[in-house]
This record gives sequence, C-alpha cells and structure tokens, in this order.
Amino acid sequence: MPRVVVDVMLKPEILDPQGRAVMGAFGRLGVHGVADVRQGKRFEITLEGEPTDEALADLRRMAEELLSNPVIESYTLRVES
Amino acid sequence: MKIGVVTFPGSLDDRDAQRAVRLAGGEPVALWHGDDDLKGVDAVVLPGGFSYGDYLRCGAIAKFAPVMTQVIARAQQGLPVLGICNGFQILCESHLLPGALTRNDHLHFVCRDQRLRMECVDTVWTNAYAPGEEIVIPLKNGEGGYVADDATLDRLEGEGLVIARYLDVNPNGSLRDIAGISSPSGTIVGLMPHPEHAVESLTGPSTDGLGFFVSAVQSLVGSR
Repeated sequence: MPRVVVDVMLKPEILDPQGRAVMGAFGRLGVHGVADVRQGKRFEITLEGEPTDEALADLRRMAEELLSNPVIESYTLRVES
Repeated sequence: MKIGVVTFPGSLDDRDAQRAVRLAGGEPVALWHGDDDLKGVDAVVLPGGFSYGDYLRCGAIAKFAPVMTQVIARAQQGLPVLGICNGFQILCESHLLPGALTRNDHLHFVCRDQRLRMECVDTVWTNAYAPGEEIVIPLKNGEGGYVADDATLDRLEGEGLVIARYLDVNPNGSLRDIAGISSPSGTIVGLMPHPEHAVESLTGPSTDGLGFFVSAVQSLVGSR
C-alpha cells in the first residue's frame, strides 16, 4: 500500500538540545569528526488507496497544522512506492 | 465573576487553579475538554500539566479539543484567557500568542521557586501588580524555553507585551529571559511559572501568585 513519509525538523535557527546531547554521546563513545547532530520526527502514513492529489493535499494540511509547528519546525513530505 | 478552568486528560493543576480563583474572590467553573460550550464564564484558565501526555508536541493535541474551538473563537473576540505552563504551550500552539515553548536548553526538568520581575501590568491578568515588582512563584517544566524569531521578540518588547521576566537565573533557556507574554489586547496572557501554586502561605513559597487571579476578578468586576 502506498506510504507517505513526513519528516519534521526543527528550523536551523532553533536550538536542538537533544541533538546536541546525542552529539556529546558520539564523542564519549569514541566517534569523532561529527560537526552537528539534529534530531527530528518521522511520520509514516499508510494510505488505503492511491495517493490522489486530494489525499496529498489533506496530508500536506495535516503536516502544516498538526504534525509540525511552523513557528519552530519545517517539514518535507514524499510518497514512497 | 465566573472563571472557567479547563481539564484536559493529563491536566495536573486544574484544582489548584480553581482554588486560586476562589481565594481571589471569583467563582471557579470546571470545564471539560470534551465540552462544546463554556457555561457562560467570564474568563478561562488553561492550567498546567501534560495534556494528552504531551504527545507529538506539548499542547499540539489539546488545541484540537472540542472546548478549545470555543476558547479560541471567544478569545479572538476578547474573552480573557490565562495559560499557565502547559496552558501557555496550548496558547502558542493555537496561535493565540506568538512563539513557541521548546525543550529546556539543559534538557533537565526544572522545579524551583523562581524570582520574576513583573513588567507589563496593563493586562486583565496582571493589573494588581506594580511595574517592576519582584515576585517568587514555583516553576516546573521540561519544555519551557520560550523561542520566537528576532522580529517577534523585538515587537513583543517594543509594544510592552512581556509581562514577566526571569531573575537570578534563566531556568530553561528562554530567549531574552521571557517568562510570560500578553496579546496586544491585554486579554490573553501566557506564562511558564505557576502563580496558582503561590496563593497560600501553607503550601507555597509566597502568596505572590494570587495577584494574577485578583487582577482578573477586579478587571471583570470593573467591566460590568
């Protein structure tokens, strides 16, 4: 069944303390050479039918109004076959 | 003066908020998240807690609760609304106030008696304070860092819409030490610390929080 993936990330200018903590763990675990880590959310949305323009418009609206907060986050939406 | 206090699944501080309203001389009215009407209240408090388990983002699910449809519509028409902690997060998620609350910059949950400086006292919820008055009320949050873009922060400060700022320490990484803000109308106020936990000397660090509720009761009586 077709799947729509929405990735939500904090905007670059918003501090991401969780990502920074993960980066700190990299160093403690001996992994070096990492310049930055940003943590986000991934939503996998499985559709019952085909990803019509109407269905995608609805999901785009959900990505803007529910899945992300446009004040601090941006999103990308793509269809996976 | 009837002041409604909304209980969402996961609200914690609704009873304390009701008690604070009563001690301030108002009549608390319990509102349920599934309610479609506001039972004729003159103002609304969105209390602290973890509505809907803080799933997705703090306040993100609560803004779609049936009761919030009414709260948002009426707030835009001038109904006074105070959002405390999770309530502040809900107000920002609902775009009734600008900006957003994000994870504390140090990643720890913080719980402390916090000193604040009251700044804008021309609002329905802060008029019982003197400008520059310092108060101590509890603060407890994991996602209390106030963020907004520079233009929004400049506008808030330029229009005098910052109602309170953190003193001594910035407990959560809030930009420009902002603890609470108001709408330009002075009717919608959000703040991260908890005035409803500082209304009686037996249980609070002070009674400094009572002023928020006294302010509203006085304003509502004066507007009648």
